[in-house]
Amino acid sequence: MSKTVKLHTPLTDEDLEQLNIGDKVLLTGTVYTARDAAHQRLIDLLEENEELPIEINGQVIYYVGPAPAPPGKPIGSAGPTTSYRMDPFTPLLQDKGLKATVGKGPRGKKVIESIKKNKAVYLAAVGGVAALIAKSIKKAEIVAYSDLGAEAIRKLEVKDFPCIVANDTKGNDLYKEGQSKYKI
Amino acid sequence: MREIKANQITESVKKIVLDANFYLPDDVVKAIKEAREKEKSPSGKDVFNMILENMEISKTEKLPLCQDTGFAVFFVQLGQEVHVINGDFNEAINEGVRQAYEEGYLRKSIVDDPVIERVNTKDNTPAVIHTEIVPGEDIIINFAPKGGGSENMSTVKMMKAADGIEGVKNFVVDFVKEAGGNPCPPTTIGVGIGGTFDKVAELAKKAALRPIGSRNPDKKFADVELELMERLNKSGIGPMGLGGRITVLDVHIETYPCHIATMPVAINTQCHCSRRKHVKI
Repeated sequence: MSKTVKLHTPLTDEDLEQLNIGDKVLLTGTVYTARDAAHQRLIDLLEENEELPIEINGQVIYYVGPAPAPPGKPIGSAGPTTSYRMDPFTPLLQDKGLKATVGKGPRGKKVIESIKKNKAVYLAAVGGVAALIAKSIKKAEIVAYSDLGAEAIRKLEVKDFPCIVANDTKGNDLYKEGQSKYKI
Repeated sequence: MREIKANQITESVKKIVLDANFYLPDDVVKAIKEAREKEKSPSGKDVFNMILENMEISKTEKLPLCQDTGFAVFFVQLGQEVHVINGDFNEAINEGVRQAYEEGYLRKSIVDDPVIERVNTKDNTPAVIHTEIVPGEDIIINFAPKGGGSENMSTVKMMKAADGIEGVKNFVVDFVKEAGGNPCPPTTIGVGIGGTFDKVAELAKKAALRPIGSRNPDKKFADVELELMERLNKSGIGPMGLGGRITVLDVHIETYPCHIATMPVAINTQCHCSRRKHVKI
């Protein structure tokens, strides 16, 4: 049976080892945003052995390019983007201590191997429920690459951000197992 | 001859662009509610509950349904008795897009130069505008903000006549299974068959944007739509690909005559957040 777990960032191995695919997670604390263009820049820095503009160790990256914040709101609608586009970059960041990634859609084989090796997790956020997710984001500030607009790296403060464990530390994959369970 | 001012077109476009991003059409709401009842998987039910809750939050908080407020796609039926005055017809539409995306705090997702520099145009223009000249003195403007995630799950194949309808069905089923959880299922699958390489892609897009529950008027194709829906809902992909019984909300087929040597087939995918709105001027 799946369970609901409240997690606070930064995440520890103990936080993550209790999670199984299908569990619901309510995430509270700091989450960084990054998508295609920001990932390319982070990887370029790592390849040149330069320092990253954000702390990665124990942290969470959410794949999102939010809508602009309307007056009086910290952020606009902010649902996940498709994760596979970040697959080429993810193992390198996990080797540096990145503990969780949040997005939509399945991850490739190399990412799942890296998740297992690094005791990380991949959390699925629900695509197309962007107004609901925005309500769990209490603060947002751009901390790097402001020239990228919606793709800039933002530091979010979230409370009970809803997601589902899609890849756990044991290397299980909800996309694979869930789909084979309901296949007729 | 009926005169319509360009700024009247701009105003109408602005309104439907805003409405489409905050309120889902009735057929989509109904389809999601019915799907929630049919879904067996707990994760799938959670997804449907969140989709329904999101609709309410979007309305009350004035936040767009999805942060990907899309490429502005228009299908316009322009009455041949209409004379557009005081401005350029296409620019009038683009101006409506510009104003709505700015005033509605919608995300601007269009980059100029698609491959080398990819610099954001900062106002979500230009739109993609398909215009068809029809009899009459009205302008009917159909709008859909088309998200990138589902648009990426599209394809065109120049099939052979010998592949037959079974070949077409298998092509669709294999493609949707391969797309899996990426295009935000449960999706609406638009299938174009016939015409030319360019025409078939347009047919697929029109099909993807047809109301959920509508059937092809030709029973032969209506039956194929229903058969494909049944086969795809046995795939197990489920809501957001997390496993479940509802993978597609509908499958729509649009056809056009084709050359004796060809049989083009195209697939265009629309996500569960199927935003569209039309206006008659």
